[in-house]
Amino acid sequence: MHVPDGFLDAPTSVGTAVVAVAAVGVALRGARRELDDRTAPLAGLVALFVFATQMINFPIAAGTSGHLLGGALAAVLVGPFTATLAITVVLIVQAILMADGGITALGTNITLMGVVGVWVGWGVFTLVRAVLPKRTAMVVPAAALGALVSVPTAALGFSVLFALGGNADVPFSTVATAMVGVHVVIGIGEALITALAVASIVLTRPDLVHGAKPLLAQRELTIRTAVSA
Amino acid sequence: MTSPRSSHRRLSTRTLVVVGVLVSLFLAGVVSYYASSHPDGLMFVAGEKGFLASEKGHATSGSPFAGYATHGIGNARLSGGIAGVVGVAVVGALAFGLFTVLRRRGHDQHGD
Repeated sequence: MHVPDGFLDAPTSVGTAVVAVAAVGVALRGARRELDDRTAPLAGLVALFVFATQMINFPIAAGTSGHLLGGALAAVLVGPFTATLAITVVLIVQAILMADGGITALGTNITLMGVVGVWVGWGVFTLVRAVLPKRTAMVVPAAALGALVSVPTAALGFSVLFALGGNADVPFSTVATAMVGVHVVIGIGEALITALAVASIVLTRPDLVHGAKPLLAQRELTIRTAVSA
Repeated sequence: MTSPRSSHRRLSTRTLVVVGVLVSLFLAGVVSYYASSHPDGLMFVAGEKGFLASEKGHATSGSPFAGYATHGIGNARLSGGIAGVVGVAVVGALAFGLFTVLRRRGHDQHGD
């Protein structure tokens, strides 16, 4: 979903750049609470894994493809503030080094994938986690649902921006219907990859998974109660 | 999952990160060659709905790795693979650096 230069006009691009700078500023403060000696290396790994996985476009229908956005994946594994920073690093390197995603569209791409993708993914994840049984394994389906919803929501976000400042006269409903339709299918791929990646960390090192922390705390309490009883 | 697992030998963070980096290098350096070359969802919709023409040339199209291809390498498999490995290395260096600077030292929950 890397927006190239030219799709959006200058005022809209400046607006999203302001949003992106503010969001990264907030994330730099928030990430300090999420990162410690144990989780900082995992956060670095998540960033480079998202970059690598974004190179693997998977076919979704005749003539089109999709790739992981990684917002929900990163948020569940290392926390949403750190995830916003990780996705931002990926997008900056892609725009400058790989010419993937426009330079003037960098603020737009950070807003859509690093803010909307991450925080919608995290929000849905926490809602689903709250209703599922309180077991660490439940982090996996909750993350998958967060991933599934985050992609079409980011696509809807682009459609709104295009209605505000698109450089072509296409009705909002036309763009939104097409964008959300295609990205619901891409969201299924996003959910599968997110489930695989999160499951592999939950199985090996659940203590490192940011989204599993409330469940692990609860589990320890259960064990202590059982022992003392 | 409710039974204590203290008897399990835990995978070290170092091993986990090394395995993860190797998997990522393999994805970016080798598997990426087999990725779909169809336009992604956004570019597909742009083509279908008539706003693809508003795309402008990329300001960094002169980068040696523009378009995930290494300038001057004719072999597509090698060209894309090198670009992928370089990208993973650059993202990894920036991200590990940033998160190491930002992290709390030690395990103190209240430290800053």
